[in-house]
Amino acid sequence: MTVTTDQEHRARPAGGSGSRKLLDTVLKVRELAIGAVLVVMLLATQLDNSDFLSQQGIKDLLLNATILVLVAVGQAMVVITRNVDLSVGSTLGISAFAAGDYLSGGGNPLVAVVLAVLLGAALGAVNGLLVSLGRVPALVVTLGTLYIIRGLDSVWVGSRQITASQLPSGFAGFGHDGLSVIPYLALLTAAVLVCVAYYLRAYRGGRDLYALGSNPEAARLAGVPVRRRILTAYVVCGALAGLAGALYLARFGNVDSGTGTGYELTVVSAVVVGGVAFTGGSGTVYGAALGALLLTSINSVLPSIGVSSVWVQAIDGFLLLLAIAVDRVVALRVADLLRKRAAETRSARHA
Amino acid sequence: MTQAAPETPPVLALEGVSKSFGAVHALRGVSLRLHAGEAHALAGENGAGKSTLIKTLAGVHRPDTGVVLLDGEPVEFHGPADARDAGVAVIYQEPTLFPDLSVAENIFVGRQPRRSFGRVDHRAVRQAAADLFRRLGVALEPDQPARGLSIADQQLVEIAKALSFDARVLVMDEPTAALTGSEVARLFGVVRALREQGAAVLFISHRLDEVFALCQRVTTLRDGALIASEPVDGLTEDDLVRRMVGRDLDELYPKQDAKIGGVALSVRRLTREGVFTDVSFDVRHGEIVGLAGLVGAGRSEVARAVFGVDRWDGGEVEVDGRPLPPGAPSLAMAAGLALVPEDRRAEGLVMDMSIERNINLTGFASTSRAGVMRRGAERSRAVDWAVRLQVKYARLADAVSTLSGGNQQKVVLAKWLATDPGVLIVDEPTRGIDVGTKAEVHRLLSQLAADGVAVLMISSDLPEVLAMADRVLVMHEGRLAADLTRAEATEESVMAAATGRGRSAA
Ligand SMILES: Nc1ncnc2c1ncn2[C@@H]1O[C@H](COP(=O)(O)OP(=O)(O)OP(=O)(O)O)[C@@H](O)[C@H]1O
Ligand SMILES: [Mg+2]
Repeated sequence: MTVTTDQEHRARPAGGSGSRKLLDTVLKVRELAIGAVLVVMLLATQLDNSDFLSQQGIKDLLLNATILVLVAVGQAMVVITRNVDLSVGSTLGISAFAAGDYLSGGGNPLVAVVLAVLLGAALGAVNGLLVSLGRVPALVVTLGTLYIIRGLDSVWVGSRQITASQLPSGFAGFGHDGLSVIPYLALLTAAVLVCVAYYLRAYRGGRDLYALGSNPEAARLAGVPVRRRILTAYVVCGALAGLAGALYLARFGNVDSGTGTGYELTVVSAVVVGGVAFTGGSGTVYGAALGALLLTSINSVLPSIGVSSVWVQAIDGFLLLLAIAVDRVVALRVADLLRKRAAETRSARHA
Repeated sequence: MTQAAPETPPVLALEGVSKSFGAVHALRGVSLRLHAGEAHALAGENGAGKSTLIKTLAGVHRPDTGVVLLDGEPVEFHGPADARDAGVAVIYQEPTLFPDLSVAENIFVGRQPRRSFGRVDHRAVRQAAADLFRRLGVALEPDQPARGLSIADQQLVEIAKALSFDARVLVMDEPTAALTGSEVARLFGVVRALREQGAAVLFISHRLDEVFALCQRVTTLRDGALIASEPVDGLTEDDLVRRMVGRDLDELYPKQDAKIGGVALSVRRLTREGVFTDVSFDVRHGEIVGLAGLVGAGRSEVARAVFGVDRWDGGEVEVDGRPLPPGAPSLAMAAGLALVPEDRRAEGLVMDMSIERNINLTGFASTSRAGVMRRGAERSRAVDWAVRLQVKYARLADAVSTLSGGNQQKVVLAKWLATDPGVLIVDEPTRGIDVGTKAEVHRLLSQLAADGVAVLMISSDLPEVLAMADRVLVMHEGRLAADLTRAEATEESVMAAATGRGRSAA
């Protein structure tokens, strides 16, 4: 009896790694698919309009994407825990103004960025506390803070405006320059992206976020510090929205009380298009970043091939629905695959 | 050797613990002592308070009064993490897995082995999971996601999770409810080894023979109160039942003679790729057909396909001579088919809905007039079935999630029995149901058959199958391995066919 068992199990690893590879591919397809769509779209546009991927063109593309990517990365962390943060647009706006206000008074650019990040983190902490302690759906809580932060912003800013001329020239330069075609902003964003992705993949805290989103009750029973993890996700999300605010200031040099209005919906679309399931527990920040890149690229592509930009929103919406449909199909496929694989290993084992 | 010296304090103990949920007193002044090297059973009817007691030990519930003692010292567990850190490993009654994570990650959530800089060592996680599965003799892939696992496989993952601790106390709430004999034997082997290494074990099962096979002491609860705590030696099953129920029990498997009529359900060459192959059988009116086999043999999958939950790739299904289209549960229901599913939480119940609503989910046609629901009719239908199945509840308007596991199972049964089916497929109908009600469920199935209903019964409880079934079908690796008459079906013949030794043994 024991002998057969040993043999049974010795036979397994081969089948195991095979099914693992297949599965990995299927699960990664989500990111691959967006990447492919992106590449095809950019190449097609380039064929139509050879100026599109010029040095300046690539730079613009990356610059446009960076801010959305940053916020999407933070949002993805929150969505993975089966929550959402709708207040990111307001957070971005108020942090941008805070940094601008400080700089226009002759402040240090680095301190300004840190200030924006801290303000964002603090606002994220408020969201996180309300969501994790209040047992109120995140959608409602953050809709509330969206309006509250925007309201405070309006009261504070009034009709004031920060313009590029009020900012130190080095700061604006940081917003435009880069290493050859790659803007500094994009480098910074890429660094953040890699760090967050690594944290989610390789640290207990990161894995806990997936567990939490996958089955909150089970996470509690498994001793996952649920509140602390949710709080962390919101703080990071807020901090990244704050950082994005500082970068917004550097890039556009122009901030008023309406900055970032409506941004939350674009961010959420980017995250969902990027394959982070709204039901929590799955998706990666790389996917979210690709989703953000895709959405911003469409904004640049349409005008350059002569399509009126009024189509942009409709196309964004269409992409969103498409993404959800693809997710569904992939999920069914994976289930099917698993079933067949399981049966194969089982019969191999008994053979 | 296995008995701890009486003067060493129990590893984990409860003293005078009470716990109420609103008006329900789930525990009343219960004490319990778990000693190192001893396996302790907890017995009691559905709703007696067993799971509540376990959750108190595990730090999920805080006792209203009374204390938890660790090595003789009072402790306060502020949450499951505290209990875990104190060396208490718990298998909860309902599997609590993360569908999006791999099986290996499920086992080690929050406690993954780490390498430099605190990074999770994914390879070690996989390796450790594979080792655990080997120890348990389970064919699960560490990398497969937990989504879509059968209840039995989920249960096995939970067991692996509990064993992955170096637990000083191993607490198991009905770990065997969905398992068949061979998996149970494996589990017991591993648990015995742990016990001999000095772990304390607390074990719950409604299968009394398992209590006698594994445990040295048994504590019985009734309505939340402690009835007895005594050595298993010298106790009989009847004694135990009397302690649990408070009276002597009638015959456990009442089997009525029924007139066997024409073919009600006919399944021909049914195949679902990679799951089951070429399955053919008939179930006649008035007949109870048992479907036996090991976990993973494809029994539930056949039932799901027949009812239309999953599509089939080839073959035919006929109900009373009329073919059934694949993948259409509503048409199957209209044809008089009912399926009591295996996974009550995922497929049988809407957990946040009331008991009454859940029972009536299948009853819209019979309780509505001109498309308008009639509350009165709904209510009486629900009360009728809740009483017949002895569901223990405070109010019918309470959410199903507040019921004990066994009582949830009764609600699922009620929901489908109330449809007055012509063909009834039951998948583990008595999973987690106590002995008293088990007899009631058996009587009910028997009565239904006598009334001409064709019953297909899937069960991992072999004595139940042998006692209830007119015919026993045995599946092995997705194929029908044997079709035994009541006279031919014995524990040996069924197990032989289920393990693929059918040919040589016959
Ligand atoms: N969260 C809750 N809210 C309200 N009532 C509850 C809750 N949890 C348990 N109960 C009630 O407490 C009583 C004891 O339940 P418990 O789950 O401990 O029973 P059990 O002995 O485990 O039964 P079973 O054998 O069916 O699993 C039941 O009447 C149940 O309805
Ligand atoms: Mg229970």
